[in-house]
Amino acid sequence: MNQVLENPISSIRLVTVAGPPSSGKTSLILHTAAVLLEQGLRIGIIKFDCLTGDDHKRYERAGLPVKKGLAGGLCPDHFFIANIEACVQWGISQGFDLLISESAGLCNRCSPHIKGVFAVCVIDHLSGVHTPRKIGPMLKNADLVVLTKGDIVSQAEREVFTFRVRQANARASVLPVNGLTGQGSLLSAGHFKTAPAIDSLNGMRLRFTMPAALCSYCLGETRIGPDSQIGNVKTMDFT
Amino acid sequence: MGKVIEKAGVDPGLLTLGIDTLLEKYPYLTDFFSALGIDPFPGQKTLSMLIESLSPDHLSQFNLDHHALSAQVLEFIAKMEQCRYKIHGRMDHLVIGAGFDKDGCPEAMGITLFPGEVVSVVGPTGSGKSQLLSDIECLAQGDTPSGRNVLPDGKTPDARSRFSGEFRLVAQLSQNMNFVMDLTVEAFLHMHAESRLIDNIPGKIEQIYQSAVMLAGEPFSLDTAITSLSGGQSRALMIADVAYLSASPVVLIDEIENAGIDRVKAVSLLLNKEKIVLIATHDPLLALSCDRRIVIKNGGIADVVKTLEAEKKSAACLAGLDKKLGLLRERVRKGKHLVFDQNFFNSN
Ligand SMILES: Nc1nc2c(ncn2[C@@H]2O[C@H](COP(=O)(O)OP(=O)(O)OP(=O)(O)O)[C@@H](O)[C@H]2O)c(=O)[nH]1
Ligand SMILES: [Mg+2]
Ligand SMILES: [Zn+2]
Ligand SMILES: [Zn+2]
Repeated sequence: MNQVLENPISSIRLVTVAGPPSSGKTSLILHTAAVLLEQGLRIGIIKFDCLTGDDHKRYERAGLPVKKGLAGGLCPDHFFIANIEACVQWGISQGFDLLISESAGLCNRCSPHIKGVFAVCVIDHLSGVHTPRKIGPMLKNADLVVLTKGDIVSQAEREVFTFRVRQANARASVLPVNGLTGQGSLLSAGHFKTAPAIDSLNGMRLRFTMPAALCSYCLGETRIGPDSQIGNVKTMDFT
Repeated sequence: MGKVIEKAGVDPGLLTLGIDTLLEKYPYLTDFFSALGIDPFPGQKTLSMLIESLSPDHLSQFNLDHHALSAQVLEFIAKMEQCRYKIHGRMDHLVIGAGFDKDGCPEAMGITLFPGEVVSVVGPTGSGKSQLLSDIECLAQGDTPSGRNVLPDGKTPDARSRFSGEFRLVAQLSQNMNFVMDLTVEAFLHMHAESRLIDNIPGKIEQIYQSAVMLAGEPFSLDTAITSLSGGQSRALMIADVAYLSASPVVLIDEIENAGIDRVKAVSLLLNKEKIVLIATHDPLLALSCDRRIVIKNGGIADVVKTLEAEKKSAACLAGLDKKLGLLRERVRKGKHLVFDQNFFNSN
Protein backbone atom coordinates (compact mmCIF):
# COMPACT_ATOMS: atom_id res chain seq x y z
CA MET A 1 0.00 0.00 0.00
CA ASN A 2 2.89 2.30 0.57
CA GLN A 3 4.79 1.87 -2.63
CA VAL A 4 3.76 3.40 -5.88
CA LEU A 5 3.12 0.55 -8.25
CA GLU A 6 4.83 0.62 -11.65
CA ASN A 7 2.53 2.15 -14.19
CA PRO A 8 2.68 0.36 -17.54
CA ILE A 9 3.21 2.68 -20.51
CA SER A 10 0.07 4.27 -21.99
CA SER A 11 -2.19 3.49 -19.11
CA ILE A 12 -3.37 5.62 -16.24
CA ARG A 13 -4.98 5.22 -12.85
CA LEU A 14 -8.38 6.88 -12.73
CA VAL A 15 -10.27 7.93 -9.61
CA THR A 16 -13.81 9.31 -9.77
CA VAL A 17 -14.69 11.65 -6.90
CA ALA A 18 -18.37 12.42 -6.38
CA GLY A 19 -20.33 14.08 -3.59
CA PRO A 20 -22.94 16.75 -2.90
CA PRO A 21 -22.10 20.41 -3.58
CA SER A 22 -19.63 21.94 -1.10
CA SER A 23 -19.03 18.63 0.62
CA GLY A 24 -15.26 19.10 0.37
CA LYS A 25 -14.37 17.30 -2.87
CA THR A 26 -11.84 19.87 -4.04
CA SER A 27 -10.34 20.16 -0.56
CA LEU A 28 -9.94 16.38 -0.35
CA ILE A 29 -8.40 16.13 -3.81
CA LEU A 30 -5.95 18.99 -3.15
CA HIS A 31 -4.69 17.47 0.11
CA THR A 32 -4.56 13.95 -1.28
CA ALA A 33 -2.73 15.11 -4.41
CA ALA A 34 -0.23 17.01 -2.25
CA VAL A 35 0.71 13.76 -0.49
CA LEU A 36 1.03 11.92 -3.82
CA LEU A 37 3.00 14.68 -5.57
CA GLU A 38 5.46 14.46 -2.72
CA GLN A 39 5.82 10.77 -3.53
CA GLY A 40 6.64 11.64 -7.13
CA LEU A 41 3.35 10.91 -8.90
CA ARG A 42 2.30 12.97 -11.93
CA ILE A 43 -1.33 13.94 -11.46
CA GLY A 44 -3.99 15.51 -13.69
CA ILE A 45 -7.43 16.74 -12.70
CA ILE A 46 -10.75 16.93 -14.53
CA LYS A 47 -13.42 19.12 -13.02
CA PHE A 48 -17.02 18.67 -14.18
CA ASP A 49 -19.43 21.47 -13.46
CA CYS A 50 -22.81 22.76 -14.56
CA LEU A 51 -22.52 26.37 -15.55
CA THR A 52 -19.51 27.96 -13.95
CA GLY A 53 -17.06 27.18 -11.23
CA ASP A 54 -13.75 28.30 -9.86
CA ASP A 55 -12.38 24.97 -8.78
CA HIS A 56 -9.97 24.82 -11.73
CA LYS A 57 -8.22 27.91 -10.38
CA ARG A 58 -7.66 26.20 -7.05
CA TYR A 59 -6.09 23.25 -8.83
CA GLU A 60 -3.94 25.48 -11.01
CA ARG A 61 -2.74 27.36 -7.96
CA ALA A 62 -1.63 24.03 -6.51
CA GLY A 63 0.34 23.34 -9.69
CA LEU A 64 -2.03 20.62 -10.89
CA PRO A 65 -2.87 20.49 -14.63
CA VAL A 66 -6.65 20.68 -14.95
CA LYS A 67 -9.33 20.48 -17.65
CA LYS A 68 -12.82 21.80 -17.06
CA GLY A 69 -16.04 20.35 -18.50
CA LEU A 70 -19.23 22.40 -18.35
CA ALA A 71 -22.45 20.42 -18.71
CA GLY A 72 -24.69 23.44 -19.33
CA GLY A 73 -28.29 22.23 -19.39
CA LEU A 74 -27.49 18.53 -19.20
CA CYS A 75 -27.37 16.42 -16.08
CA PRO A 76 -23.70 16.81 -15.16
CA ASP A 77 -23.31 13.07 -14.68
CA HIS A 78 -24.71 12.32 -18.13
CA PHE A 79 -22.27 14.85 -19.49
CA PHE A 80 -19.50 13.23 -17.50
CA ILE A 81 -19.99 9.76 -18.88
CA ALA A 82 -20.09 11.02 -22.44
CA ASN A 83 -16.75 12.75 -21.99
CA ILE A 84 -14.69 10.78 -19.53
CA GLU A 85 -13.04 8.54 -22.14
CA ALA A 86 -11.67 11.63 -23.90
CA CYS A 87 -10.37 12.80 -20.52
CA VAL A 88 -8.60 9.50 -20.00
CA GLN A 89 -6.92 9.81 -23.39
CA TRP A 90 -5.88 13.38 -22.54
CA GLY A 91 -4.41 12.12 -19.26
CA ILE A 92 -2.47 9.37 -21.00
CA SER A 93 -1.16 11.77 -23.63
CA GLN A 94 0.08 14.06 -20.84
CA GLY A 95 1.92 11.17 -19.22
CA PHE A 96 0.07 11.33 -15.89
CA ASP A 97 0.23 8.43 -13.47
CA LEU A 98 -3.08 9.37 -11.95
CA LEU A 99 -6.15 11.19 -13.22
CA ILE A 100 -8.72 12.42 -10.71
CA SER A 101 -12.17 13.55 -11.83
CA GLU A 102 -14.29 15.78 -9.62
CA SER A 103 -18.03 15.66 -10.30
CA ALA A 104 -20.46 18.53 -9.94
CA GLY A 105 -22.47 16.44 -7.53
CA LEU A 106 -25.81 18.07 -8.26
CA CYS A 107 -27.76 15.01 -9.23
CA ASN A 108 -28.60 12.63 -6.39
CA ARG A 109 -30.11 10.12 -8.77
CA CYS A 110 -27.00 9.70 -10.93
CA SER A 111 -23.59 8.50 -10.00
CA PRO A 112 -20.41 8.70 -12.08
CA HIS A 113 -18.88 5.52 -10.68
CA ILE A 114 -17.61 2.97 -13.18
CA LYS A 115 -16.93 -0.73 -12.63
CA GLY A 116 -13.19 -1.26 -12.51
CA VAL A 117 -12.43 2.39 -11.71
CA PHE A 118 -11.72 3.49 -8.16
CA ALA A 119 -14.78 5.33 -6.85
CA VAL A 120 -14.79 7.89 -4.06
CA CYS A 121 -17.77 9.57 -2.43
CA VAL A 122 -17.30 12.67 -0.26
CA ILE A 123 -19.95 13.64 2.28
CA ASP A 124 -19.73 16.22 5.02
CA HIS A 125 -20.77 15.66 8.60
CA LEU A 126 -22.96 18.75 8.57
CA SER A 127 -25.29 17.39 5.94
CA GLY A 128 -27.53 15.58 8.40
CA VAL A 129 -27.91 11.95 9.49
CA HIS A 130 -30.38 11.15 6.76
CA THR A 131 -28.04 12.12 3.95
CA PRO A 132 -26.33 8.73 3.70
CA ARG A 133 -29.70 7.30 2.79
CA LYS A 134 -30.76 10.10 0.52
CA ILE A 135 -27.82 10.36 -1.79
CA GLY A 136 -28.17 6.81 -3.00
CA PRO A 137 -26.06 5.45 -5.83
CA MET A 138 -23.00 7.69 -5.54
CA LEU A 139 -22.56 6.53 -1.94
CA LYS A 140 -23.79 2.96 -2.26
CA ASN A 141 -21.45 2.17 -5.13
CA ALA A 142 -18.30 3.84 -3.81
CA ASP A 143 -15.12 2.01 -2.82
CA LEU A 144 -14.03 4.75 -0.47
CA VAL A 145 -16.26 7.15 1.46
CA VAL A 146 -14.55 10.25 2.82
CA LEU A 147 -16.25 12.17 5.62
CA THR A 148 -15.28 15.84 5.92
CA LYS A 149 -15.91 18.68 8.37
CA GLY A 150 -15.61 16.39 11.37
CA ASP A 151 -13.60 19.15 13.04
CA ILE A 152 -16.76 21.12 13.77
CA VAL A 153 -19.20 18.44 14.92
CA SER A 154 -19.21 16.31 18.05
CA GLN A 155 -17.53 12.92 18.34
CA ALA A 156 -20.92 11.30 18.89
CA GLU A 157 -22.35 12.74 15.70
CA ARG A 158 -19.30 11.57 13.79
CA GLU A 159 -19.82 8.06 15.13
CA VAL A 160 -23.51 8.04 14.26
CA PHE A 161 -22.77 9.40 10.82
CA THR A 162 -20.11 6.78 10.16
CA PHE A 163 -22.49 4.08 11.25
CA ARG A 164 -25.17 5.35 8.89
CA VAL A 165 -22.68 5.41 6.04
CA ARG A 166 -21.70 1.82 6.77
CA GLN A 167 -25.36 0.88 6.75
CA ALA A 168 -25.71 2.33 3.29
CA ASN A 169 -22.47 0.81 2.04
CA ALA A 170 -20.99 -1.94 4.16
CA ARG A 171 -18.29 -2.67 1.62
CA ALA A 172 -16.49 0.66 1.37
CA SER A 173 -13.64 1.97 3.45
CA VAL A 174 -14.81 4.96 5.46
CA LEU A 175 -12.23 7.60 6.37
CA PRO A 176 -12.49 10.98 8.05
CA VAL A 177 -10.47 13.72 6.35
CA ASN A 178 -10.22 17.32 7.47
CA GLY A 179 -10.52 19.41 4.33
CA LEU A 180 -8.94 22.43 5.99
CA THR A 181 -5.84 20.89 7.56
CA GLY A 182 -5.57 17.77 5.42
CA GLN A 183 -5.54 15.51 8.47
CA GLY A 184 -6.41 12.03 7.22
CA SER A 185 -5.27 12.64 3.63
CA LEU A 186 -2.36 10.25 4.06
CA LEU A 187 -4.85 7.39 4.21
CA SER A 188 -6.95 8.65 1.30
CA ALA A 189 -3.71 8.95 -0.72
CA GLY A 190 -3.00 5.30 0.06
CA HIS A 191 -6.28 4.44 -1.63
CA PHE A 192 -5.93 6.76 -4.64
CA LYS A 193 -2.61 5.35 -5.72
CA THR A 194 -3.87 1.79 -5.76
CA ALA A 195 -6.65 2.63 -8.22
CA PRO A 196 -6.62 0.15 -11.12
CA ALA A 197 -4.66 1.29 -14.18
CA ILE A 198 -6.62 1.43 -17.42
CA ASP A 199 -5.78 2.29 -21.01
CA SER A 200 -9.33 3.02 -22.15
CA LEU A 201 -12.84 3.01 -20.72
CA ASN A 202 -14.38 1.67 -23.92
CA GLY A 203 -16.46 -1.36 -23.14
CA MET A 204 -16.47 -0.72 -19.39
CA ARG A 205 -19.73 -0.17 -17.54
CA LEU A 206 -21.28 2.24 -15.13
CA ARG A 207 -21.96 0.79 -11.70
CA PHE A 208 -25.47 2.17 -11.73
CA THR A 209 -27.83 3.09 -14.54
CA MET A 210 -28.47 6.76 -15.16
CA PRO A 211 -32.09 7.57 -15.96
CA ALA A 212 -32.51 8.70 -19.52
CA ALA A 213 -33.53 12.24 -20.33
CA LEU A 214 -36.94 11.32 -21.58
CA CYS A 215 -39.45 14.02 -20.74
CA SER A 216 -40.03 17.31 -22.48
CA TYR A 217 -38.43 19.22 -19.61
CA CYS A 218 -35.16 17.41 -20.19
CA LEU A 219 -35.25 18.89 -23.66
CA GLY A 220 -35.68 22.44 -22.50
CA GLU A 221 -39.44 22.84 -21.98
CA THR A 222 -40.32 25.52 -19.41
CA ARG A 223 -44.12 25.83 -19.67
CA ILE A 224 -46.23 24.04 -17.03
CA GLY A 225 -49.33 22.03 -17.90
CA PRO A 226 -50.44 18.70 -19.34
CA ASP A 227 -49.97 19.90 -22.93
CA SER A 228 -46.31 20.50 -22.33
CA GLN A 229 -45.65 17.20 -20.57
CA ILE A 230 -44.60 14.83 -23.28
CA GLY A 231 -42.74 11.58 -22.93
CA ASN A 232 -41.90 9.59 -19.85
CA VAL A 233 -43.85 11.50 -17.19
CA LYS A 234 -44.49 10.07 -13.76
CA THR A 235 -47.36 11.47 -11.67
CA MET A 236 -47.78 11.55 -7.92
CA ASP A 237 -50.30 9.37 -6.18
CA PHE A 238 -52.56 11.28 -3.75
CA THR A 239 -54.75 8.39 -2.63
CA MET B 1 -8.87 -2.36 -2.66
CA GLY B 2 -12.58 -1.99 -2.33
CA LYS B 3 -13.42 -4.08 -5.37
CA VAL B 4 -12.65 -7.27 -3.56
CA ILE B 5 -15.83 -8.31 -1.81
CA GLU B 6 -15.11 -8.95 1.83
CA LYS B 7 -16.26 -12.51 2.36
CA ALA B 8 -15.04 -12.86 5.92
CA GLY B 9 -17.78 -13.74 8.38
CA VAL B 10 -20.54 -14.11 5.78
CA ASP B 11 -22.94 -16.85 6.88
CA PRO B 12 -25.33 -18.07 4.13
CA GLY B 13 -27.14 -20.16 6.77
CA LEU B 14 -28.87 -16.96 7.92
CA LEU B 15 -31.02 -17.03 4.78
CA THR B 16 -33.00 -19.95 6.15
CA LEU B 17 -33.74 -18.30 9.50
CA GLY B 18 -37.08 -16.66 10.26
CA ILE B 19 -37.26 -12.90 9.85
CA ASP B 20 -38.50 -12.33 13.41
CA THR B 21 -35.57 -14.31 14.81
CA LEU B 22 -33.18 -12.30 12.68
CA LEU B 23 -34.68 -8.93 13.61
CA GLU B 24 -34.36 -9.80 17.25
CA LYS B 25 -30.76 -10.88 16.90
CA TYR B 26 -29.73 -8.12 14.50
CA PRO B 27 -31.99 -5.12 15.24
CA TYR B 28 -30.08 -2.96 12.76
CA LEU B 29 -31.69 -4.97 9.94
CA THR B 30 -34.86 -2.92 10.41
CA ASP B 31 -32.99 0.14 9.23
CA PHE B 32 -31.33 -1.76 6.44
CA PHE B 33 -34.66 -2.86 5.04
CA SER B 34 -36.39 0.45 5.51
CA ALA B 35 -33.63 2.16 3.54
CA LEU B 36 -34.53 -0.13 0.66
CA GLY B 37 -38.24 0.54 1.04
CA ILE B 38 -38.86 -3.00 2.25
CA ASP B 39 -41.29 -3.75 5.06
CA PRO B 40 -39.94 -6.85 6.79
CA PHE B 41 -43.22 -7.46 8.68
CA PRO B 42 -42.37 -10.17 11.12
CA GLY B 43 -44.11 -13.42 10.32
CA GLN B 44 -43.29 -16.96 9.55
CA LYS B 45 -41.14 -16.00 6.57
CA THR B 46 -37.49 -16.84 6.29
CA LEU B 47 -35.02 -14.27 5.03
CA SER B 48 -34.75 -15.96 1.65
CA MET B 49 -38.54 -16.10 1.32
CA LEU B 50 -38.76 -12.40 2.10
CA ILE B 51 -36.16 -11.60 -0.53
CA GLU B 52 -37.81 -13.82 -3.14
CA SER B 53 -41.16 -12.12 -2.52
CA LEU B 54 -39.85 -8.73 -3.63
CA SER B 55 -40.64 -7.64 -7.15
CA PRO B 56 -37.74 -7.26 -9.58
CA ASP B 57 -39.09 -3.80 -10.39
CA HIS B 58 -38.78 -2.69 -6.80
CA LEU B 59 -35.26 -4.06 -6.54
CA SER B 60 -34.12 -2.54 -9.80
CA GLN B 61 -34.67 0.93 -8.32
CA PHE B 62 -31.73 0.11 -6.11
CA ASN B 63 -29.77 -1.58 -8.85
CA LEU B 64 -30.33 -4.92 -7.14
CA ASP B 65 -31.74 -8.29 -8.02
CA HIS B 66 -32.64 -11.15 -5.66
CA HIS B 67 -29.21 -12.60 -5.75
CA ALA B 68 -27.42 -9.30 -5.16
CA LEU B 69 -29.74 -8.41 -2.29
CA SER B 70 -29.10 -11.75 -0.56
CA ALA B 71 -25.39 -11.17 -0.86
CA GLN B 72 -25.75 -7.61 0.40
CA VAL B 73 -27.78 -8.57 3.48
CA LEU B 74 -25.28 -11.22 4.49
CA GLU B 75 -22.35 -8.90 3.93
CA PHE B 76 -24.07 -6.21 5.94
CA ILE B 77 -24.68 -8.49 8.91
CA ALA B 78 -21.10 -9.74 8.75
CA LYS B 79 -19.77 -6.19 8.73
CA MET B 80 -21.96 -5.04 11.61
CA GLU B 81 -21.01 -8.05 13.72
CA GLN B 82 -17.38 -7.38 12.96
CA CYS B 83 -17.84 -3.84 14.31
CA ARG B 84 -19.51 -5.17 17.41
CA TYR B 85 -16.63 -7.58 17.93
CA LYS B 86 -14.01 -4.86 17.39
CA ILE B 87 -15.68 -2.64 19.93
CA HIS B 88 -15.06 -5.17 22.64
CA GLY B 89 -11.39 -5.52 21.72
CA ARG B 90 -9.17 -3.94 24.34
CA MET B 91 -5.78 -2.28 24.06
CA ASP B 92 -3.17 -2.88 26.75
CA HIS B 93 -0.82 -0.10 25.83
CA LEU B 94 0.01 2.29 23.01
CA VAL B 95 3.60 2.80 21.90
CA ILE B 96 4.59 6.03 20.20
CA GLY B 97 7.97 5.40 18.63
CA ALA B 98 10.21 8.46 18.32
CA GLY B 99 10.49 10.25 14.98
CA PHE B 100 12.04 13.56 14.01
CA ASP B 101 11.55 17.21 14.82
CA LYS B 102 11.00 19.96 12.26
CA ASP B 103 14.74 20.13 11.46
CA GLY B 104 14.95 16.42 10.88
CA CYS B 105 16.84 15.77 14.12
CA PRO B 106 15.78 12.68 16.07
CA GLU B 107 13.21 13.32 18.77
CA ALA B 108 14.46 13.08 22.34
CA MET B 109 12.17 10.17 23.10
CA GLY B 110 9.00 8.29 22.33
CA ILE B 111 6.41 7.35 24.92
CA THR B 112 4.25 4.40 25.90
CA LEU B 113 0.74 5.21 27.12
CA PHE B 114 -1.50 3.05 29.27
CA PRO B 115 -5.30 2.89 29.68
CA GLY B 116 -6.52 4.71 32.77
CA GLU B 117 -3.75 7.27 32.37
CA VAL B 118 -4.14 10.95 31.62
CA VAL B 119 -1.27 12.74 29.94
CA SER B 120 -1.12 16.38 28.94
CA VAL B 121 0.57 17.64 25.81
CA VAL B 122 2.19 21.02 26.36
CA GLY B 123 4.18 23.42 24.23
CA PRO B 124 3.79 26.77 22.52
CA THR B 125 1.24 27.22 19.73
CA GLY B 126 2.68 25.87 16.49
CA SER B 127 5.17 23.62 18.29
CA GLY B 128 3.67 20.47 16.82
CA LYS B 129 1.02 19.34 19.30
CA SER B 130 -1.50 18.78 16.51
CA GLN B 131 0.99 16.68 14.54
CA LEU B 132 1.36 14.35 17.51
CA LEU B 133 -2.40 14.04 17.92
CA SER B 134 -2.81 13.52 14.18
CA ASP B 135 -0.08 10.84 14.16
CA ILE B 136 -2.00 8.93 16.78
CA GLU B 137 -5.27 9.31 14.91
CA CYS B 138 -3.96 7.91 11.64
CA LEU B 139 -1.72 5.30 13.31
CA ALA B 140 1.39 6.82 11.72
CA GLN B 141 3.85 4.24 10.41
CA GLY B 142 6.86 6.41 9.72
CA ASP B 143 4.88 7.91 6.85
CA THR B 144 3.80 11.25 8.34
CA PRO B 145 5.98 14.39 8.42
CA SER B 146 7.17 13.47 11.93
CA GLY B 147 8.31 9.97 10.98
CA ARG B 148 6.75 8.57 14.18
CA ASN B 149 5.44 5.03 14.57
CA VAL B 150 2.23 4.53 16.50
CA LEU B 151 1.86 0.93 17.61
CA PRO B 152 -1.21 -0.36 19.47
CA ASP B 153 0.00 -3.01 21.92
CA GLY B 154 3.48 -2.42 20.50
CA LYS B 155 2.58 -4.06 17.20
CA THR B 156 2.42 -2.73 13.66
CA PRO B 157 -1.28 -2.43 12.83
CA ASP B 158 -2.63 -4.41 9.93
CA ALA B 159 -2.54 -2.16 6.84
CA ARG B 160 -5.97 -3.27 5.72
CA SER B 161 -7.66 -2.29 8.91
CA ARG B 162 -5.71 0.96 9.03
CA PHE B 163 -6.74 2.01 5.55
CA SER B 164 -10.33 0.83 5.81
CA GLY B 165 -10.99 3.12 8.77
CA GLU B 166 -12.70 0.24 10.55
CA PHE B 167 -10.88 0.68 13.79
CA ARG B 168 -11.03 4.21 15.12
CA LEU B 169 -8.41 4.43 17.79
CA VAL B 170 -9.17 7.98 18.74
CA ALA B 171 -12.16 9.97 19.91
CA GLN B 172 -11.61 13.72 19.68
CA LEU B 173 -13.06 16.63 21.60
CA SER B 174 -12.20 20.20 20.84
CA GLN B 175 -13.40 23.69 21.50
CA ASN B 176 -14.61 24.07 17.87
CA MET B 177 -16.93 21.11 17.91
CA ASN B 178 -20.64 21.72 18.15
CA PHE B 179 -23.79 19.69 17.99
CA VAL B 180 -25.48 20.08 14.63
CA MET B 181 -28.26 17.48 14.68
CA ASP B 182 -31.81 18.58 15.10
CA LEU B 183 -32.62 16.27 18.03
CA THR B 184 -33.41 16.33 21.74
CA VAL B 185 -30.76 15.16 24.20
CA GLU B 186 -32.66 11.93 24.67
CA ALA B 187 -33.25 11.18 21.00
CA PHE B 188 -29.65 12.00 20.25
CA LEU B 189 -28.26 9.68 22.93
CA HIS B 190 -30.66 7.01 21.78
CA MET B 191 -29.44 7.29 18.22
CA HIS B 192 -25.82 7.12 19.30
CA ALA B 193 -26.39 4.13 21.59
CA GLU B 194 -28.23 2.37 18.80
CA SER B 195 -25.38 2.88 16.40
CA ARG B 196 -23.04 1.31 18.96
CA LEU B 197 -25.15 -1.86 18.95
CA ILE B 198 -25.37 -1.99 22.74
CA ASP B 199 -27.96 -3.52 25.06
CA ASN B 200 -29.90 -1.62 27.73
CA ILE B 201 -30.10 1.66 25.88
CA PRO B 202 -32.40 3.49 28.37
CA GLY B 203 -29.98 2.73 31.22
CA LYS B 204 -27.08 4.10 29.22
CA ILE B 205 -28.98 7.26 28.33
CA GLU B 206 -29.77 7.92 31.97
CA GLN B 207 -26.12 7.41 33.02
CA ILE B 208 -24.79 9.78 30.40
CA TYR B 209 -27.43 12.38 31.11
CA GLN B 210 -26.74 12.32 34.86
CA SER B 211 -22.98 12.65 34.40
CA ALA B 212 -23.38 15.43 31.89
CA VAL B 213 -25.56 17.45 34.26
CA MET B 214 -23.06 16.88 37.03
CA LEU B 215 -20.17 18.16 34.85
CA ALA B 216 -22.09 21.11 33.48
CA GLY B 217 -23.20 22.52 36.80
CA GLU B 218 -26.26 24.07 35.13
CA PRO B 219 -29.07 21.54 34.75
CA PHE B 220 -30.84 20.81 31.48
CA SER B 221 -33.53 18.32 30.59
CA LEU B 222 -33.64 15.28 28.36
CA ASP B 223 -36.11 17.16 26.16
CA THR B 224 -33.72 20.02 25.43
CA ALA B 225 -32.63 20.27 21.81
CA ILE B 226 -28.90 19.53 21.68
CA THR B 227 -28.31 22.55 19.47
CA SER B 228 -29.71 24.86 22.13
CA LEU B 229 -27.49 23.66 24.97
CA SER B 230 -25.08 26.26 26.35
CA GLY B 231 -21.37 25.92 25.60
CA GLY B 232 -20.71 24.32 28.98
CA GLN B 233 -23.67 21.96 28.71
CA SER B 234 -22.66 20.82 25.23
CA ARG B 235 -19.09 20.20 26.32
CA ALA B 236 -20.33 18.28 29.36
CA LEU B 237 -22.65 16.13 27.26
CA MET B 238 -19.88 15.45 24.74
CA ILE B 239 -17.51 14.31 27.45
CA ALA B 240 -20.05 12.13 29.22
CA ASP B 241 -21.03 10.63 25.89
CA VAL B 242 -17.43 9.85 24.95
CA ALA B 243 -16.86 8.29 28.38
CA TYR B 244 -19.83 5.94 28.17
CA LEU B 245 -20.45 5.38 24.49
CA SER B 246 -17.36 5.91 22.37
CA ALA B 247 -15.66 2.75 21.18
CA SER B 248 -12.29 4.45 20.88
CA PRO B 249 -9.71 3.56 23.54
CA VAL B 250 -7.90 6.89 23.21
CA VAL B 251 -9.47 10.29 23.84
CA LEU B 252 -7.80 13.47 22.60
CA ILE B 253 -8.96 16.68 24.19
CA ASP B 254 -7.98 19.97 22.70
CA GLU B 255 -8.25 23.03 24.96
CA ILE B 256 -11.32 22.61 27.14
CA GLU B 257 -10.17 25.18 29.69
CA ASN B 258 -12.77 27.78 28.76
CA ALA B 259 -15.63 25.36 28.46
CA GLY B 260 -17.26 26.26 31.77
CA ILE B 261 -17.35 22.70 33.08
CA ASP B 262 -15.74 20.94 35.99
CA ARG B 263 -12.50 19.98 34.22
CA VAL B 264 -11.09 17.83 36.97
CA LYS B 265 -14.29 15.82 37.28
CA ALA B 266 -14.40 15.50 33.48
CA VAL B 267 -10.93 14.02 33.41
CA SER B 268 -11.66 11.57 36.20
CA LEU B 269 -14.85 10.44 34.48
CA LEU B 270 -12.85 9.52 31.37
CA LEU B 271 -10.16 7.81 33.42
CA ASN B 272 -12.63 5.58 35.18
CA LYS B 273 -13.55 4.22 31.79
CA GLU B 274 -10.06 2.85 31.25
CA LYS B 275 -9.27 5.20 28.38
CA ILE B 276 -5.96 6.75 27.51
CA VAL B 277 -6.64 10.47 27.78
CA LEU B 278 -4.41 13.06 26.09
CA ILE B 279 -5.06 16.72 26.74
CA ALA B 280 -3.48 19.58 24.84
CA THR B 281 -3.61 22.39 27.34
CA HIS B 282 -2.02 25.50 28.83
CA ASP B 283 -4.17 25.34 31.93
CA PRO B 284 -2.13 24.68 35.09
CA LEU B 285 -4.98 22.97 36.92
CA LEU B 286 -5.57 20.54 34.06
CA ALA B 287 -1.85 19.97 33.54
CA LEU B 288 -1.44 19.12 37.22
CA SER B 289 -4.37 16.74 37.17
CA CYS B 290 -2.40 14.64 34.66
CA ASP B 291 0.09 11.93 35.58
CA ARG B 292 2.64 13.01 32.98
CA ARG B 293 3.25 15.86 30.59
CA ILE B 294 4.61 15.47 27.08
CA VAL B 295 6.65 18.55 26.24
CA ILE B 296 6.72 19.40 22.53
CA LYS B 297 9.35 21.66 21.04
CA ASN B 298 10.02 22.38 17.38
CA GLY B 299 7.85 19.50 16.24
CA GLY B 300 9.43 16.86 18.42
CA ILE B 301 8.90 15.38 21.89
CA ALA B 302 11.56 17.19 23.94
CA ASP B 303 10.75 15.66 27.29
CA VAL B 304 8.20 13.69 29.27
CA VAL B 305 7.73 15.17 32.74
CA LYS B 306 6.20 13.20 35.57
CA THR B 307 3.94 15.20 37.88
CA LEU B 308 5.73 15.55 41.24
CA GLU B 309 4.13 14.86 44.61
CA ALA B 310 4.84 18.48 45.49
CA GLU B 311 3.00 19.56 42.36
CA LYS B 312 -0.05 17.54 43.41
CA LYS B 313 -0.11 19.58 46.64
CA SER B 314 0.08 22.80 44.63
CA ALA B 315 -2.76 21.47 42.53
CA ALA B 316 -4.89 21.29 45.66
CA CYS B 317 -4.45 25.04 46.29
CA LEU B 318 -5.15 25.74 42.69
CA ALA B 319 -8.36 23.75 42.93
CA GLY B 320 -9.39 25.91 45.88
CA LEU B 321 -8.75 29.03 43.84
CA ASP B 322 -10.67 27.60 40.92
CA LYS B 323 -13.66 26.95 43.17
CA LYS B 324 -13.59 30.57 44.35
CA LEU B 325 -13.55 31.78 40.78
CA GLY B 326 -16.50 29.52 40.15
CA LEU B 327 -18.43 31.26 42.94
CA LEU B 328 -17.69 34.63 41.38
CA ARG B 329 -18.84 33.38 38.00
CA GLU B 330 -22.06 32.22 39.59
CA ARG B 331 -22.64 35.71 41.04
CA VAL B 332 -22.09 37.28 37.63
CA ARG B 333 -24.63 34.90 36.16
CA LYS B 334 -27.20 35.86 38.78
CA GLY B 335 -26.67 39.58 38.21
CA LYS B 336 -25.16 40.20 41.65
CA HIS B 337 -22.41 42.60 42.70
CA LEU B 338 -18.89 41.27 43.08
CA VAL B 339 -17.19 43.01 45.96
CA PHE B 340 -14.40 41.01 47.55
CA ASP B 341 -10.80 41.26 48.70
CA GLN B 342 -7.82 39.00 49.26
CA ASN B 343 -9.58 37.34 52.24
CA PHE B 344 -12.18 35.90 49.91
CA PHE B 345 -9.46 33.73 48.37
CA ASN B 346 -7.83 32.83 51.67
CA SER B 347 -10.97 31.80 53.51
CA ASN B 348 -12.42 28.31 53.23
N1 LIG C 1 -14.39 23.14 8.78
C1 LIG C 1 -14.18 22.46 7.65
N2 LIG C 1 -14.44 23.03 6.46
C2 LIG C 1 -14.21 22.31 5.35
C3 LIG C 1 -13.71 20.98 5.40
N3 LIG C 1 -13.61 20.53 4.12
C4 LIG C 1 -14.00 21.52 3.32
N4 LIG C 1 -14.35 22.61 4.04
C5 LIG C 1 -14.86 23.90 3.53
O1 LIG C 1 -16.07 23.66 2.85
C6 LIG C 1 -16.17 24.51 1.69
C7 LIG C 1 -16.40 23.67 0.44
O2 LIG C 1 -15.25 22.88 0.20
P1 LIG C 1 -14.85 22.42 -1.27
O3 LIG C 1 -13.65 21.55 -1.16
O4 LIG C 1 -14.79 23.58 -2.19
O5 LIG C 1 -16.12 21.53 -1.63
P2 LIG C 1 -16.52 20.90 -3.05
O6 LIG C 1 -17.26 19.64 -2.74
O7 LIG C 1 -15.34 20.79 -3.93
O8 LIG C 1 -17.53 22.01 -3.58
P3 LIG C 1 -18.12 22.14 -5.08
O9 LIG C 1 -17.09 21.67 -6.02
O10 LIG C 1 -18.41 23.60 -5.19
O11 LIG C 1 -19.36 21.32 -5.07
C8 LIG C 1 -14.88 25.30 1.64
O12 LIG C 1 -15.13 26.55 2.23
C9 LIG C 1 -13.93 24.50 2.50
O13 LIG C 1 -12.95 25.30 3.09
C10 LIG C 1 -13.46 20.40 6.71
O14 LIG C 1 -13.04 19.25 6.85
N5 LIG C 1 -13.71 21.19 7.78
MG1 LIG D 1 -15.12 21.50 -5.83
ZN1 LIG E 1 -28.70 12.89 -13.24
ZN1 LIG F 1 -36.79 15.15 -17.78
